Amino acid sequence: MDTFVIQLLGGLSKGMILFVLASGLSLIFGVMRVINFAHGSLYMLGAFLAATVGAQFLGMGPSGFFLMLLLVPLIVALVGIVMETTLFRRIYTKEHLLQLLLTYGLTLLLSDVVRMIWGGEYRTLRQPDFLRGGFEIVGRKFPIYGLFVLIIGPLLALGLWYLLNRTRWGRIIRAAVANPDMVSALGINVRLVMTGVFALGCFLAGLGGALVAGQSAVGLGMDVNIIVEAFAVVVVGGLGSFGGALLGALLIGIILSFGILVWPGGAQLLPFAAMALVLIARPWGLLGRPER
Amino acid sequence: MLLQVQDIHTYYGLSHILFGVSLEVDRGECVCLVGRNGAGKTTTFKSIMGLAAPRTGAVLWKGQPIQGNPPFAIARSGIGFVPEERAIFPDLTVWENLDVAHKLGTDGRSPWTVERVYEIFPRLEERKNQMGGTLSGGEQQMLTIARTLMGNPDLLLLDEPSEGLAPLIVDAIGELVLQLKQEDVTILLAEQNLHFSLAVSERAYVIDDGRIQFSGTTAELEAHPEIIQKYLAV
Ligand SMILES: Nc1ncnc2c1ncn2[C@@H]1O[C@H](COP(=O)(O)OP(=O)(O)O)[C@@H](O)[C@H]1O
Ligand SMILES: [Mg+2]
Repeated sequence: MDTFVIQLLGGLSKGMILFVLASGLSLIFGVMRVINFAHGSLYMLGAFLAATVGAQFLGMGPSGFFLMLLLVPLIVALVGIVMETTLFRRIYTKEHLLQLLLTYGLTLLLSDVVRMIWGGEYRTLRQPDFLRGGFEIVGRKFPIYGLFVLIIGPLLALGLWYLLNRTRWGRIIRAAVANPDMVSALGINVRLVMTGVFALGCFLAGLGGALVAGQSAVGLGMDVNIIVEAFAVVVVGGLGSFGGALLGALLIGIILSFGILVWPGGAQLLPFAAMALVLIARPWGLLGRPER
Repeated sequence: MLLQVQDIHTYYGLSHILFGVSLEVDRGECVCLVGRNGAGKTTTFKSIMGLAAPRTGAVLWKGQPIQGNPPFAIARSGIGFVPEERAIFPDLTVWENLDVAHKLGTDGRSPWTVERVYEIFPRLEERKNQMGGTLSGGEQQMLTIARTLMGNPDLLLLDEPSEGLAPLIVDAIGELVLQLKQEDVTILLAEQNLHFSLAVSERAYVIDDGRIQFSGTTAELEAHPEIIQKYLAV
């Protein structure tokens, strides 16, 4: 029982990080119809920035930590804006293979950039004092930082939901998902909307990276690991579906967490098994919708 | 002249669709562009709107060339497009569909508000919290027109508003067009339905095969049954 609770909490916490990643991936796909494989690289960039530049803020106490959680994603969003306006914008209407090549190429490029700046060794971000240590639950210890992520996740989901469903900006994004040409015929600069959505997606990738830096080691290769998992999340939940990203992330997080117990060697494969199952039974994902 | 389309040639990739189309609309007019399915009506509208920019020729709006401008800029300069396929946003509520489209008119004023739109389309108010995708065909047509009005355009491009609707609803849409004329909305109407067009417009252009074949008042068109027979009979 106690193991179950701890693994469940761990899985949900992992799921929250995956949600932060997958919601950005899904948002970008929803509006621009591009699967950005470089999303994982932006997450890695966020993690490295947090572990190096962001670490400087920790002396300021809790406010420094929250400032870091805001600044790092903002820097990543800026990188995203540069990428969108110089590269991505050119490929929205091109065939999928070309899009794949570009975003995969960017993955390689960003990985080299990170290596050039910070080198190959692993780094860790010292957790801020107020989030260090563990607390007791069902007679076991669970890290406070994990609980923090568990709280941040739903808050972020709520905020994103509010943005998409209760603000004019969100309405425009949802309209652009359905029909960008019509949105522009109504006098809205869809190109600007796309840059904004891309920047928001990259902000989320950077936030995921900054959050994870306080939890696990930061190193090269984390880009590929996370993008594969985030991809499984959006396929399971339904590409372009916000609720799907949340559901998929929690499911994959829990699958990974319990998988480690049951089958330590093969747990990494389980997300793909889940993905394959969903693809067979419901190719458009649990909460997605068949393509028009 | 509010709108002057001058000798435009428009292509979709390699296929040449419009061959020197010219037409004019003055402030306060209701002009129709009639022709069979595939004649080039929608392409003419898309050429004006910047959704299918003409390769040669000019589109003058209030005297200024606008061909080649992006659609959003053309919309902001005061042209409102009501597409044939309606293209309402299915996952937005009726109210949200109207709200995304709201912008000020070119004079900085906003005579059209959600409230005024609801006055003219009471059905939309009844359905304001319903998703756009769940509306009937007639309601969707009303929503598309209402949505474009929310942008306070100086000219309304209405593409086949009667298409696919039951006769009773076509009549209602006709009433609506007449009501919009009373509100001083300038309208360019594309239609296959000659009867509907003649009932609401003062002037007509007949288009066939991407070329304007006739232009004149609706009375003149009615006086030429052979033109109607040749280009509009089904
Ligand atoms: N996207 C497109 N690509 C290629 N040809 C098209 C496209 N849209 C329309 N056409 C062709 O252009 C011609 C004019 O079409 P359209 O302007 O839609 O006519 P109408 O609105 O009068 O029915 C038709 O022959 C049609 O097949
Ligand atoms: Mg048409």
